[in-house]
Amino acid sequence: MLNLSLRQLAALLAEGKTSSVELCQDYLERIERLNPGLNAFITVDRARTLAEARAADQRRAQGDAGPLTGVPIAHKDIFCAEGWPTTCGSRMLANFVAPYDAHVIERCKAAGMPTLGKTNMDEFAMGSSNETSFFGPVKNPWDERAVPGGSSGGSAAAVAARMAPAATGTDTGGSIRQPAALCGITGLKPTYGLVSRYGMIAFASSLDQGGPMAASAEDCALLMNVLAGFDARDSTSLERPVEDYTRELDRPLSGLKIGLPQEYFGAGLAADAGRAVDAAIAEYRRLGAETVDISLPNSRLSVPVYYVLAPAEASSNLARYDGVRYGYRAPQYTDLTDMYERTRAEGLGDEVKRRIMIGTYVLSHGYYDAYYLQAQKLRRLIARDFAEAFRQCDVIMGPTAPTTAFDLGAKRADPVEMYLSDIYTIAVNLAGLPALSIPCGFGRDGRPVGLQLIGDYFSEARLLNIAHQYQQATDWHTMTPRGLE
Amino acid sequence: MSLSIDDVKRIAHLARIRVDTDEAARYQTQLNDIFHLIEQMQAIDTTGIEPMAHARDLHQRLREDMVTETDRREAFQAIAPQVEAGLYLVPKVIE
Repeated sequence: MLNLSLRQLAALLAEGKTSSVELCQDYLERIERLNPGLNAFITVDRARTLAEARAADQRRAQGDAGPLTGVPIAHKDIFCAEGWPTTCGSRMLANFVAPYDAHVIERCKAAGMPTLGKTNMDEFAMGSSNETSFFGPVKNPWDERAVPGGSSGGSAAAVAARMAPAATGTDTGGSIRQPAALCGITGLKPTYGLVSRYGMIAFASSLDQGGPMAASAEDCALLMNVLAGFDARDSTSLERPVEDYTRELDRPLSGLKIGLPQEYFGAGLAADAGRAVDAAIAEYRRLGAETVDISLPNSRLSVPVYYVLAPAEASSNLARYDGVRYGYRAPQYTDLTDMYERTRAEGLGDEVKRRIMIGTYVLSHGYYDAYYLQAQKLRRLIARDFAEAFRQCDVIMGPTAPTTAFDLGAKRADPVEMYLSDIYTIAVNLAGLPALSIPCGFGRDGRPVGLQLIGDYFSEARLLNIAHQYQQATDWHTMTPRGLE
Repeated sequence: MSLSIDDVKRIAHLARIRVDTDEAARYQTQLNDIFHLIEQMQAIDTTGIEPMAHARDLHQRLREDMVTETDRREAFQAIAPQVEAGLYLVPKVIE
């Protein structure tokens, strides 16, 4: 049962062969067994999950079930969920119980999807390895010596170990795609503005975007039908007609034009990851696609540009953690400024502090033009590269990450080296484009490799189709880690 | 560009983060490494390029000037570190 797709689980529920309560019990038992080793969940609340499952079963009994009613989902602990602790991986919010639901949570509740728990993540989504979490690192289910990637590492590990059939994630610079790649699952970062940011704890507001993580592209398409939608409470939410993201899944790939950016296949790409990606592209040729060499000349600047813009936005967004209205407050202080400074020193971790300090500096008087404004100008050049590329191809393909999952601790002491692990994902966020990562093989170390598919604005249905056709022809997405079958 | 220890302490104070001298020294090295990476931006001529603040060209939506929120003071104050009589308590700021 635990290896079934969302469509198969939904069919069992519809046929009365299982109930949401039974399904949730199975997943909760698996979480109880595996989570002590993997640390993918920060919060599990059996009673709450089963109450939601009973409500879903009742709804079905009343003939009021939607396509995924009763199918459970895990939520990244960045989404406020009323009554659930919502920590964002930080000591600052370790005692924060959300007083309201994020739009994403509302949508899942409306669909009748019970919450299996809140998943571990890098603190305030700042990290590429899940090691910055206040609640300890997540282990990669494929190899417990390895990181799961980040920042949605708990969600990726939960799906990879089949502790949940699906999970939500958020992606500011690669935080859905990179952990999806490192854990051998499928993850989609939608076009900026499709999934509401209301109740999604803010990191860098012009880049943050929620999205689905699951075993396959078909699962992600079904989840997009739940997650996407206009929400007036997010000022950047897009008013668009409702789409069925599964509508193009069965379209054949003949005539598809795949752009291969030379910058994504250079010296930085590990040989074994490169071989898996090359083999995937060869498979696409067999499926009728043709390839064209393209260039994204400014993409090499995406990491420096990101490490100006994202920290600048973060320094502003995280100013709210002042120990006054919610969250942590230092136990001892002399005056108001001392209370702020001690609260933030004790409540925030090193990586978050570094980024707040970078952001504070680049926005400070006399430095704004040289850093923030220059970065915004380069952001436009990076976005233009994609616009130019999509004149020559329908989809861009390349690796999601330069290597397979690295060892726990390997990059913890060197922030710059850690930042470079997102070199292939960040440009997509700067441009606001949709992209997904699908599993396409394994490296020499037996750890998964991800193929990244980047599409033009609002091409999610097509991207999911392109991924689904590959997954019909291959079985990488069905593989589960040894010992966790 | 290279940040001194005093620069780091000044930035930390602007960000309202307390740092001691040992921490400041550690942050100094790490921040200088990060700024070394960021400096790559300066080699590109961006004369005449319009800054891009946002992924999509958006205009601010307007709505009717009507009350849409209900009063949830109790729920919100239940999660505050220190409240009294409906007020958030902070250290004395006026002598």
